[in-house]
Amino acid sequence: MARERPGGLSRRRFLQCTVGMGLLSGLERIVPAYAWQSPTAGTAVSTSKDGTVIDLAIRKRTIDIAGKDATATTINGSVPGPLVRLREGQTAVIRVTNRLEEDTSIHWHGIILPADMDGVPGVSFPGIKPGETFAYRFPVRQSGTYWYHSHTGMQEQLGHYGPLIIDPAVPEPFAYDRDYVVVLSDWTFEDPHKVLAKLKKKGGYYNFQKRTAGDFFRDVGEGGWRAAVSDRLMWGRLRMDPTDIADVTGYTYTYLLNGLPPGANWTGLFRPGERVRLRFINAGAASYFDVHVPGLEMTVIQTDGQNVEPVTVDEFRIAIAETYDVIVEPKEDRAYTIFAEAMDRSGYARGTLAPRQGMSAPIPSPRPRPLRTMADMGMASVNGEHGMEGMPGAGGMSMDGSAAHAGMPGMDKAGHAMAPEPSRQGSVMHGPDHHGPGNSMVAMMPRSRLDEPGAGLVDAGRRVLVYGDLRSLTPGGDRREPEREIELHLTGNMERYIWGFDGKKYSEVKDHPIPFRFGERLRLTLVNDTMMDHPIHLHGMWMELDNGAGAHKPLKHTINVKPGERLSVEITADALGQWAFHCHILYHMDAGMFRVVSVSQSGGEMKG
Amino acid sequence: MMTLFHRYCSAAWPGFLLPVLIVFASEGLAGEKWPPPVEDDQVFSSLFIGQLEYRWNKGPDTLAWEDVEGWIGGDYNRLVVKTEGQARTAGPSGGQAQGQALYSRLIAPYWDFQAGVRYDRLYGGPDRSRTLAVVGLEGLAPYWFHVEPFLFISDRGDVSASLEATYELLLTQRLIAQPRFEMNVAAQDVEKFGVGSGVNDIEFDLRVRYEIRREFAPYVGISWTRKLGKAADLARREGEEVDNLAIVAGLRLWF
Repeated sequence: MARERPGGLSRRRFLQCTVGMGLLSGLERIVPAYAWQSPTAGTAVSTSKDGTVIDLAIRKRTIDIAGKDATATTINGSVPGPLVRLREGQTAVIRVTNRLEEDTSIHWHGIILPADMDGVPGVSFPGIKPGETFAYRFPVRQSGTYWYHSHTGMQEQLGHYGPLIIDPAVPEPFAYDRDYVVVLSDWTFEDPHKVLAKLKKKGGYYNFQKRTAGDFFRDVGEGGWRAAVSDRLMWGRLRMDPTDIADVTGYTYTYLLNGLPPGANWTGLFRPGERVRLRFINAGAASYFDVHVPGLEMTVIQTDGQNVEPVTVDEFRIAIAETYDVIVEPKEDRAYTIFAEAMDRSGYARGTLAPRQGMSAPIPSPRPRPLRTMADMGMASVNGEHGMEGMPGAGGMSMDGSAAHAGMPGMDKAGHAMAPEPSRQGSVMHGPDHHGPGNSMVAMMPRSRLDEPGAGLVDAGRRVLVYGDLRSLTPGGDRREPEREIELHLTGNMERYIWGFDGKKYSEVKDHPIPFRFGERLRLTLVNDTMMDHPIHLHGMWMELDNGAGAHKPLKHTINVKPGERLSVEITADALGQWAFHCHILYHMDAGMFRVVSVSQSGGEMKG
Repeated sequence: MMTLFHRYCSAAWPGFLLPVLIVFASEGLAGEKWPPPVEDDQVFSSLFIGQLEYRWNKGPDTLAWEDVEGWIGGDYNRLVVKTEGQARTAGPSGGQAQGQALYSRLIAPYWDFQAGVRYDRLYGGPDRSRTLAVVGLEGLAPYWFHVEPFLFISDRGDVSASLEATYELLLTQRLIAQPRFEMNVAAQDVEKFGVGSGVNDIEFDLRVRYEIRREFAPYVGISWTRKLGKAADLARREGEEVDNLAIVAGLRLWF
């Protein structure tokens, strides 16, 4: 199958672009309005010319969430903050004024920019003191859907986040008539510091979906005594709870869509037959969402702001901090529910696509809470659970990719366990280091799970996006083979709520940043020794996910690593300076799952 | 950095001081004013009261507290205090109390090593007290048993040990049964405290609580204790019950 050369466009894409341009020129006045329905969500702040300054003010404000007063950390008075809209090629100037009584910051999530503009206190700059204004200034060299948020304390949980869209310098290779931002997030009326304190005392504090005696007898009824007992004994021996899907749940969370709780029903309008672009952003502090729109298939066109070869699915899981742009084509004159169910099924965010205001469609009933499996424990495949299970029809992609690039040295993914990159296929035995008391389990046989949809979606009965489906629309620019590999293990102790890498919290290794040599191409291999999913985010540089797509590895700023998974990304270390690298579950980051990556000419340890 | 550089350049200070000052200033900026990116070494604290209950005993009823544990510290090192005791609610006032102050360190994913001191006191009858050195483990054994094996050496050199084990059985998400086992053994007789050499007593409890919130759970239960061997002889001599079946009701609290 032919692929585009760099800078080339297939005939089909060229036609799409032409159509896109035609429509866009007519829509220019409509699109930026964004139909924010929320009385609290801000208006778009847009800048398309160089020199236009965007002003953002951070302040505490009481807003209404689901009929209750909520004291939020707002940006220009709203949650989420205003839509910041930039244009590729311009220089962004964004002044952030701190009206809080504590420090604050804004990190531009996924934006490639100079290290001192990245907005991480303690890594890129000292933070923004109360009453001060910090002017961010950076060249905009990319396009797509992104977001921004505080990197200070736990302000992100308190509403300090917003969408960021960069319009491309050249027309996009897809056409659409309407364009909506869908910011998913989670709100708690508790002080997030108290949430963390509770988790420190009892990791399962918020889990009210544990297995009970009733579940046991139901399992006995379904599978017999022997199976039910041996299953309980197995989990008991490991001291692991298979219901530990989310640390913070719907017990305390109200899940929001564009700042609105399910009952408020955010609505985006369409005319039947139109193509609607939905820009999903997971701005949650600790919630994964499974997104589907009953009655509509979704064509994924971007993830993390980067164009991918369109792939049509019925549902996708959006890890914390990821973005997915999809196009839907509602043909009927009726309402469609946008349903974003929390991964642990303890709640959902919801909105509606409708031809007119005030309409709604049925809300799907919650699915049963998933259970972790032996594969999540990093055990060899048991119970017939294999990676290919639940693979959508479109999932032939990885095989296709192998065939297309079989001629490229070192890129052959066809051979399973014999493949040169063990991260892709087969499993790799865990080493002897069990990472000390900060880590309660090791994945003995971690393996690639890129073709698995994840917990709770295996038997979804519909096409679910998997990482193996994602292929960058254009081939990557840096085709060098990685010169070296860095392996990091994601570790944690749920009983103590300690999280880290290689068994260490950030504070235990803070004087030892992870060294990258400027200009090098390296492979970063992540092994998840914990029983939870972790959305791992690298600042300042793209991670090219090694998912078998050859030169078309998708570019990601945030990658979900499943329990018991071993995966690799390739990185071109082209950004000098100190960069944050962390789990984007806010409570895991604040418990120590955080590192500093130092890119220097020498590649040695560099202290800023 | 540049503004600092200009400031020092324009100042009429000896040139040789310049590099020193710049290094000093940048160290100051980077080292002192930059906060840590994450605060993962915060100090937390907790006060957990596992049992605060009324016991309808064979003998005089008692008000009892047990499994009371407070801690302050980080993820690995903590200061732990524990207390248990009971007081008679009828007849002449009297009872017993025990307190421990321990240093606790996470030595394995599920295990804390703990060491410190324990203070025992009997009151109401003859007032008696003693101090003991404590060393032991608190943690989660396979199959979800919370266990606490401990060793004690009194100020007179008497050696004793205890083992506690509890298990949580979820009847529903909030209705939770907790069986509990406790056993005390001693190497020597300590008659003043009713201790005989060998196994002193065993206890089986079952409490069923309802977690209105995680922090607030009323419960009811039963508690069966049996004194054994020399300890039983001592109890008989004092006119105390050798075995006791109590109905209990109380609160499990958490701050």
